[in-house]
Amino acid sequence: MAKLIELKGISKSYDGEKVIDSMNLYIRDKEFITLLGPSGCGKTTTLRIIGGFETADEGQLYFDGVEISDVPAHKRHVNTVFQKYALFPHLNVYENIAFPLRLKKVSEEEIKTKVTEMLKMVALVGFENKSVSTLSGGQQQRVAIARALVSHPRVLLLDEPLGALDLKLRKDMQNELKTIQQAIGITFIYVTHDQEEALSMSDTIVVMADGEIQQIGTPTDIYNEPKNAFVADFIGESNIIDGIMLEDKKVKLASHVFECVDSGYEQGEPVDVVIRPEDVDVVAPEKGMLTGKVTSVTFKGVHYEIIVDIKGFKWMIQSTDYVAPEATIGVYIEPDAIHIMKKSKYSGKFGDYSSFSDEIDQLSDADAAEEF
Amino acid sequence: MKKHLSTAYLVLIFGILYIPILTLIFFSFNSENSTAVFGEFSFRWYKELFNSPDTFTALRNTLILAISSATIATVIGTAAAEGIYKMRSKVLKATINSVTNIPMMNPDIVTGMSMMLFFVVVAGILRISYDDMGFVAMLIAHITFCLPYVILSVLPRITEFGDSLSEAALDLGCTPMQAFFKVKLPNIMHGVVSGFVMAFTLSLDDFVISYFVGSSKFQTLPLLIYSMTKKKVTPDMYALSTLIIITIFALLIFSNVRSGREEERRKRKAARK
Repeated sequence: MAKLIELKGISKSYDGEKVIDSMNLYIRDKEFITLLGPSGCGKTTTLRIIGGFETADEGQLYFDGVEISDVPAHKRHVNTVFQKYALFPHLNVYENIAFPLRLKKVSEEEIKTKVTEMLKMVALVGFENKSVSTLSGGQQQRVAIARALVSHPRVLLLDEPLGALDLKLRKDMQNELKTIQQAIGITFIYVTHDQEEALSMSDTIVVMADGEIQQIGTPTDIYNEPKNAFVADFIGESNIIDGIMLEDKKVKLASHVFECVDSGYEQGEPVDVVIRPEDVDVVAPEKGMLTGKVTSVTFKGVHYEIIVDIKGFKWMIQSTDYVAPEATIGVYIEPDAIHIMKKSKYSGKFGDYSSFSDEIDQLSDADAAEEF
Repeated sequence: MKKHLSTAYLVLIFGILYIPILTLIFFSFNSENSTAVFGEFSFRWYKELFNSPDTFTALRNTLILAISSATIATVIGTAAAEGIYKMRSKVLKATINSVTNIPMMNPDIVTGMSMMLFFVVVAGILRISYDDMGFVAMLIAHITFCLPYVILSVLPRITEFGDSLSEAALDLGCTPMQAFFKVKLPNIMHGVVSGFVMAFTLSLDDFVISYFVGSSKFQTLPLLIYSMTKKKVTPDMYALSTLIIITIFALLIFSNVRSGREEERRKRKAARK
């Protein structure tokens, strides 16, 4: 697939603070790409630069091979679905969707056909004459999507479009958006901080932090092969342990040598080791590769969330079997459950569960008790 | 007891406020030229009012002036409010805001005198007589003192409206001009109309500034009434005042009903959320 949009060395600062730092990214035609990251990581700014609402301080933006860095928003073949819908309150549902067509002086007949087609797509037939302020959040978002798609843009930008909806509706809309994207076959650039949303909808995920791209990949790549501690921690739960590469496919952590599947590191190189909580098996202490003491157990429905103290480092384990708190258990880890990452500036900041959940509560309870 | 007292107080206040006006309205229907004797109910003074060419010209002048100055002030004021809203520098924004408020804070007499001085100088430079500038001078003066009120009424609307809908309009293919007229203006219209009504009434009853700026060639009603008080006030002035009161009252009701309706709509909107 051809590159449709390309960002080359894009930088943007607000009041001297860098929000995006020389970003390079290309987006392919008909792709569902998600910019994922915590708030303040620069994802919305990136989207606004593509949409034409902000101009980059440095760098170029290309659309279909043509530079559009200085093209104003209304001349770009890109439409946006905003977080707060941004429907026009003085127009009804029909007129809101017809708005971009009227600007192009499309005939009344054609407008009618196109708007009806859009209403069908977003399942809002019969709502034509309603005032937009009488609609629910989900309905308003559908109108916004219909309005953005009616003039057949090449790219649809979506800025946390489901952020204001409740969980159930959000799940439905996720499916609907994916279906719409596949049906009309255009590029969607989606911004969210919800990793689950990103994993379930995207073809490609761009993980961002501190104005920089941390990793670009398919959802499975991002989850299974995170590039650094930030990505590993942001996407799902993970134990991130300091390790040392002894040789190819052999890593030492918590004084135990594990077999793994990664190679290409120098001998004795310090690394970050990611082990997902669901990949750790609980076994009897004598059969375990490592042993530790259970400090807390939380029932989560599908599984128990167990925090285990192994040589002073708190691991999170997800297991369907109950383990008693204070018990000593052994853990067993398959070689392909171990993922090795190079050290980065995020090393040591994430992936330790010592300050996690229950203990924090206990601490703050103790603090509160002292005050009385 | 307490309740009676408070009722009495209320009656007293409203009495002081409205009895003089009611007296004036009452005597405007008097068939006699006297404030001591009430002959019978008649429209005599109203007829005389409209038969006097001076009064009629003054009324026409006042309306032309009020409508044109309010219209121009509304256009300039709305554009200015949009401009102030779009300013990036906070210092500049605050400065411009206070500068535009000066005509509002300034005593009318000072504004009036400075305007007069200014027009005298301009007339001198252009080598025309001051009297020839009559309408234009008056128009400029009225626009000037109406402007801050229009900005004051439009700016909060624009701020409340924000950028997101304008951005959506641009995104959907509007030029910045189209985005303003098709999306922003319809949504801030209430503020624009209130600004116009305010400017209109201010211009309608302005005396002090008009007194300084005005010339013999362009007389407005307040000026005419004032010049008549130097002689004996005839009851046709009562009739005229009554008409002005009724006009202002109607405008007041109109704008109150409108803002009341809007308030209701907002409440309903809020309740749904």
